Formats: sequence, C-alpha cells, structure tokens
Amino acid sequence: MAEVLFYTAGFIVLLAMITASIRFFRGPDSVNRVLAFDVLTIISISLITVIAHITGRLIYLDVAIVYGLLSFLGVVTISKYLDGGL
Amino acid sequence: MELMPIAGGVVCILGALFLFLGALGTVRMPDVYNRIQAGTKATTLGTLLFLIGTGLYNPSWIPKLIIIGLFILLTNPVSSHILSRAAHRIGARMSDKTVVDKLKESEENVDV
Repeated sequence: MAEVLFYTAGFIVLLAMITASIRFFRGPDSVNRVLAFDVLTIISISLITVIAHITGRLIYLDVAIVYGLLSFLGVVTISKYLDGGL
Repeated sequence: MELMPIAGGVVCILGALFLFLGALGTVRMPDVYNRIQAGTKATTLGTLLFLIGTGLYNPSWIPKLIIIGLFILLTNPVSSHILSRAAHRIGARMSDKTVVDKLKESEENVDV
C-alpha cells in the first residue's frame, strides 16, 4: 500500500519535471531559463529522495545534499553575472 | 497494517502535488516575477513535505533529511531574491496588471 503511494508520488514528481522543462525550453530570455533551472534542481532533490527510498540506500541522500548545494551556487553565480557584478 | 508508512506516503503525495503546481505556475504565470514567486515558494513547501514523508517511512534517515530540509529552507529564498533582483536590474518586462514597483521608486529617490 505505502509502496504504491510512493510510486505515485514519484510519477507526479516526474510530471512536474516535464512541466518545468517546458519553461526551460520556451523561456524568452535568460532569466526565465535560470528560474526554470532553479525549479528543476529543487524538484530533482525530491526525485533523488524517491530513488533513495525505492532502492533503500542512504548514500543517495548525500548526493541530494551536494546537488542542492551546487544548484544554489550555480543560480547565485549566474544571477550575479546578469546583475553585472561578476 | 502499519499506520506510519501510509501516512508518509500520503504526505509525499501532497508534496508531489505542490511540486507539480509550482512547476505549472512557472508555465502559466504572465511575467518573470510571478513565475519566480510561484516556482520557488511552492517547490520549497513541496520538497519539505516530501522530506517529512520520507522521514515518516524511514525514521532512521531523519538526521540527514533534517540537514537537507534546513539547507533548502535557507538557500531557496536567497536564490530567488537574487534572481528577481537581477531580473529587475536587466529590465525584465512586467505584466500589464502590475500596479506598484517599490524598488524602482526607491532607486529614483536615492538618485535625487
């Protein structure tokens, strides 16, 4: 029962990733693309958590931590570049 | 039948719905500031609910999940703030229904 609920949640998260990548490919300028990148990486953290739960391995949560850290760094760097401060 | 795994699954589905609504907001909203608002706030809540649901299923994973949750709770508003500031600086187009722009007013006051 609970496994079915988790698989359903993973499927909805996958749909969310597809929906956010529409904005990533369609975005008229770079700010929209950076926003879509930010949303995609935050959704990916949840997807990595689902994968860690399904495979039952704790090590994937470390991957999620590093992934979130690098995505934050990337968004801040690109925003400072757009701002003209880099 | 255990109750905690099912509660974890239900909370995970709630979080996944919030993630999907946030992603839908980035597609449907009219300008970039509304998209930033929809995208980052809803996905922060969705990811936190997801981590809580996974913690209800596996109680031994809770310390690492708390680290991820605190990290997201601290960094996500900062990145959205910096991104919206950069969007305002490079002059991203606003929606026609926008009625007030406090940042522009305050910058004009500083110049005077």
